[in-house]
Amino acid sequence: MSTSTPSSAPVPALKEWPLWEVFVRSKQGLEHKHCGSLHAADAAQALQMARDVYTRRQEGVSIWVVPSATITASAPQDKAEFFDPSADKIYRHPTFYEIPDEVGHM
Amino acid sequence: MAATGQAMNAHTDYLLHLADNALVLGQRNAEWCGHGPILEEDIALANMSLDLIGQARLLYQHVATLMSDGATEAVTEDALAYFRDAAEFRNYTLLELPHHGALAPGAAAERDYATTIVRNFLYSALMVLLWEALQGSKDTQLAAIAAKSLKEVHYHLRHSRDWLVRLGDGTAESHTKAQAALNHLMPYTQEFWTPSAMETAATQNATGVAAATLQDAWNSLVDDALLEATLARPPAGGYIPQGKNGLHSEHLSYLLGEMQGLARQHPEATW
Repeated sequence: MSTSTPSSAPVPALKEWPLWEVFVRSKQGLEHKHCGSLHAADAAQALQMARDVYTRRQEGVSIWVVPSATITASAPQDKAEFFDPSADKIYRHPTFYEIPDEVGHM
Repeated sequence: MAATGQAMNAHTDYLLHLADNALVLGQRNAEWCGHGPILEEDIALANMSLDLIGQARLLYQHVATLMSDGATEAVTEDALAYFRDAAEFRNYTLLELPHHGALAPGAAAERDYATTIVRNFLYSALMVLLWEALQGSKDTQLAAIAAKSLKEVHYHLRHSRDWLVRLGDGTAESHTKAQAALNHLMPYTQEFWTPSAMETAATQNATGVAAATLQDAWNSLVDDALLEATLARPPAGGYIPQGKNGLHSEHLSYLLGEMQGLARQHPEATW
C-alpha cells in the first residue's frame, strides 16, 4: 500500500487525534467567532463533529475548523512588552472628538 | 363502511410502520448516550436519536388525529408509543437488534460501534430515498413530515457513511469488526423489499411508496460506500424477517420494557 522508499523512517502512529479549533458564524453578515476545540482525525471529520457539538442549538450558519497546531500565539512572558506600553496612550482611542447629535449612534 | 375501515387501517398501519421505525431506532441508539466511544460521537448519536424521536412524534400525532376522528375515545401519541405491545409494533426487525452480533443463549456482549454504524447506514440509505419519494404522498401531512425528515436523514446518511468508510478502510481490527457487522445485519435488509399488505394498499392509493421501487437506487448507494470502505457485500438470501407484520425478534420486548416501563407504571403522569 505504501509507496514510500525503504530509507524513509516510519512515521509513528498518533496515539491521539489532533486538536482543531472551531469557529462558528452565528448569522449571515457577522464574523466567525471562536467557540471551542475538539479532537478529530482529519478536517472533514472535525467539521462534522463541530456541527454536532457546537451548532445543535441553532448556533450557526457556517463553521470553520483550523488545526490548532497551525495557530501561532503570543507568549504569556511577552505580555509586558507586547501589551503594557499601550496602557498609558489613551489618545489612541478616538474619544476626544465631539460627535454632533445628528450623526446618531456610531 | 367496512371497506373504508380497512383502507383506513392500512393507511394508519403504514404511518405506524414509519413511526415505529423511527422510534425504535431512536430508542436503540439512545443507549449510547453517556457511553459513546468519544464525546463528539456521543453527542452526534444523541442528536440523531432526537431527530428520529421527533419524526416518530409527528407521525404518531398524525395517526392519533386520524384514529380519533369519529372514535368514542381520543387516541393520543403517548398511547401509541407507550401502550402498544411488541406484536403491535410495525418496525423493521433490523432496527430493534442490539448493538452487537448474534450471541449464544445467555451470553452477553459489549455494545459494538461498528454494528451501530452499519445499521444506521443501511437504514439511512433507505430513508433518504423513501422520504424523498414520500414528499409526493397524497396524504399532505405525510408529505410535509417527509420533507422535514429528509434533511435530517441526509445528515444521518452522511455521518454513518463517513464512519463506515473510516472503519472499513481503517485498521485491520476496525475492518474486521465492520465486516462482521455487515455480515450480521445485511440479511435483515431483505425485509425492506418484501411487500406487506399495508404497503401495497398505501402504494395503491398513492399515500405510500413501494419500497421495492427504491431497491436499485439503494443498492448503488450501498455498493458505492462498501467499495470505498473496502468491505465485501455478503451474499443475499436466508430468512426474511417480518417485523413490519408484527413478528419480531426477542429484542423488541426488552427495548419496549425499558422504554414503556415508566409510562405504564405512572399512566398520565406529567412533569
